[in-house]
Amino acid sequence: MDKTWNNKAWFLVLPVLVLVAFTAVVPLMTVVNYSVQDTFGNNVFTWAGTEWFEELLSSSRFWEAMVRNLIFSFIILAIEVPLGIFIALNMPKKGWGVPVCLVLMSLPLLIPWNVVGTIWQVFGRNDIGLLGYYLNAIGIDYNYVQDPFDAWVTIIVMDVWHWTSLVVLLCYAGLVSIPDAFYQAAKIDGASRWAVFRYIQLPKMQRVLLIAVLLRFMDSFMIYTEPFVVTGGGPGNSTTFLSIDLVKTALGQFDLGPAAAMSLVYFLIILLLSWVFYTVMTNYDAER
Amino acid sequence: MARIDVNHVRHSYLPNPQKDADFALREVHHTFEDGGAYALLGPSGCGKTTLLNIISGLLHPSHGQLLFNGRDVTNLSTQERNIAQVFQFPVIYDTMTVYDNLAFPLRNRGVPEADVDRKVRETLEMIDLASWARKKARGLTADQKQKISLGRGLVRSDVNAILFDEPLTVIDPHMKWVLRSQLKQLHRRFGYTMVYVTHDQTEALTFADQVVVMYDGGIVQIGTPAELFERPRHTFVGYFIGSPGMNVMPVAIDGRTATLGSQRIELPGAPKADSGAIELGIRPEYVRLGRDGMAVSISKVEDVGRHKVVRAKLEGRDIAAVIGEDETVPAEPKVRFDPAGINIYADSWRVEMGA
Ligand SMILES: Nc1ncnc2c1ncn2[C@@H]1O[C@H](COP(=O)(O)OP(=O)(O)O)[C@@H](O)[C@H]1O
Ligand SMILES: [Mg+2]
Repeated sequence: MDKTWNNKAWFLVLPVLVLVAFTAVVPLMTVVNYSVQDTFGNNVFTWAGTEWFEELLSSSRFWEAMVRNLIFSFIILAIEVPLGIFIALNMPKKGWGVPVCLVLMSLPLLIPWNVVGTIWQVFGRNDIGLLGYYLNAIGIDYNYVQDPFDAWVTIIVMDVWHWTSLVVLLCYAGLVSIPDAFYQAAKIDGASRWAVFRYIQLPKMQRVLLIAVLLRFMDSFMIYTEPFVVTGGGPGNSTTFLSIDLVKTALGQFDLGPAAAMSLVYFLIILLLSWVFYTVMTNYDAER
Repeated sequence: MARIDVNHVRHSYLPNPQKDADFALREVHHTFEDGGAYALLGPSGCGKTTLLNIISGLLHPSHGQLLFNGRDVTNLSTQERNIAQVFQFPVIYDTMTVYDNLAFPLRNRGVPEADVDRKVRETLEMIDLASWARKKARGLTADQKQKISLGRGLVRSDVNAILFDEPLTVIDPHMKWVLRSQLKQLHRRFGYTMVYVTHDQTEALTFADQVVVMYDGGIVQIGTPAELFERPRHTFVGYFIGSPGMNVMPVAIDGRTATLGSQRIELPGAPKADSGAIELGIRPEYVRLGRDGMAVSISKVEDVGRHKVVRAKLEGRDIAAVIGEDETVPAEPKVRFDPAGINIYADSWRVEMGA
């Protein structure tokens, strides 16, 4: 090749490289650094090797948080994805209903996460919360502070309320990109409502669904603010997810080493699972 | 297969149509005979697709009635009307194989799998995609996709009619010709009622027994290709059909004589036109170029293969004449109009000429 190498181009990329280095690589390396050392304060560090990792991987507390987190992610995906698709399918495609629906759908997404937590924390309280008070008033024994099951229901409902809109908006974008001719052809071909969904709408939504699933999975796997505000990880440890556990370790006990090791393992898990999701869904796509 | 009566159908896409211009279809009243091959010819935007969608039930007309074999189907759905329609741009189910795409309309109607297989294979042969049967439809080229769309329209044998909406737009010229002759063959073999929309006159004239010419939301003429050529009912048909189109010039009429500027033209009869703007129409094929008649000045001679087109000025107006390939333009050119090719129009509509 008689291409001339022009290294000046690197100058154009440099700002981004520096930015990424300072916002991602440097902090990550700091974490790696902590994870292999021990400290007793005063900035004195001693080499700890893989001790924290071994301790972490053999602790039942970590695995319990992990299992809780996986169950949580699974449940909210199982609810939000079908529900999001369903709502998107039933949203109007033209007329004044479109902007109204879009604004309504965007509202939950615009609320800061800790505010969402606070809303539901108050909403579900037995004494002053609209939901909690009236549930108890009609005879349902609901108390998210004491009952683990109620705590889970509250957090799941909150997440569904908060994030289903994202799935809806993504699916809706896929749906409105389908030309009318497809629906007309389907009518001519005598396709049922289900066949239209299966062979026209679902294939069009496939890509955006992949993104929706990835985003919702990563987000729910890292969930912190909302359950922290509502239940603080309780009652007991019943809603202590990985990140809550991590913060308890790092800040609550100031165990920097174990917390750093935990962050790394946590990061690798998310990376791995996202990769698996992505590969499975894109391969499935390619095969068909 | 069915006879289709379109009874005084008007359609507007607006919720409250007031004036004529609000209607995409101003008024269509026509019968498509059972087993006929019709071409719907007209310029873009004249309402061809609208009419087709009304026949297939994708649109419900604002006014009027639709009968299949005498039965009122105006309020029936597309499914219940049992019509096949092929659209201008390919519509395929791209997660399915080519085979499944063609089987789809049959399976949706619960046709037994053995019949599905037979019909699909037949159709695959016809559209020349047999070797692609097991391929995913997604990776195909635009014209292969369009063939699949076409195939889905042809695969059902029990349909009331097959409607084609400019189906060959994206197909290359040779394949176009092949597919068109296959459609004709199919028509002869099974006697489907077929309506073929196009804005290409050659396509219309080669496909159809009857050509329906549409203009500005209405039908202006229905006839055989020869009728459209010889006796255009409206000056639009004269312009639109034929290449080059008909020469149309304003004249004054007195009995059997037309006056064009300083020229007098003998007519085959006395036109029954007493009012309106009178025009004389004559196709370039009937304009004789020679040494006698009305003097013209030649502006251009185009050699278009089998004949030549002569562009000239007659009394300051553009006029075209067709001459044979070997003929030459005389030194002092003059033109005569062959009386057999003269049509007289009042307000753009053709008027009869008495003896
Ligand atoms: N969905 C629609 N909404 C509003 N106007 C339409 C729609 N489809 C077609 N029209 C209008 O109706 C007229 C006829 O269109 P169409 O039937 O598509 O013409 P053609 O198929 O002959 O090109 C055009 O003026 C077009 O702008
Ligand atoms: Mg059209």
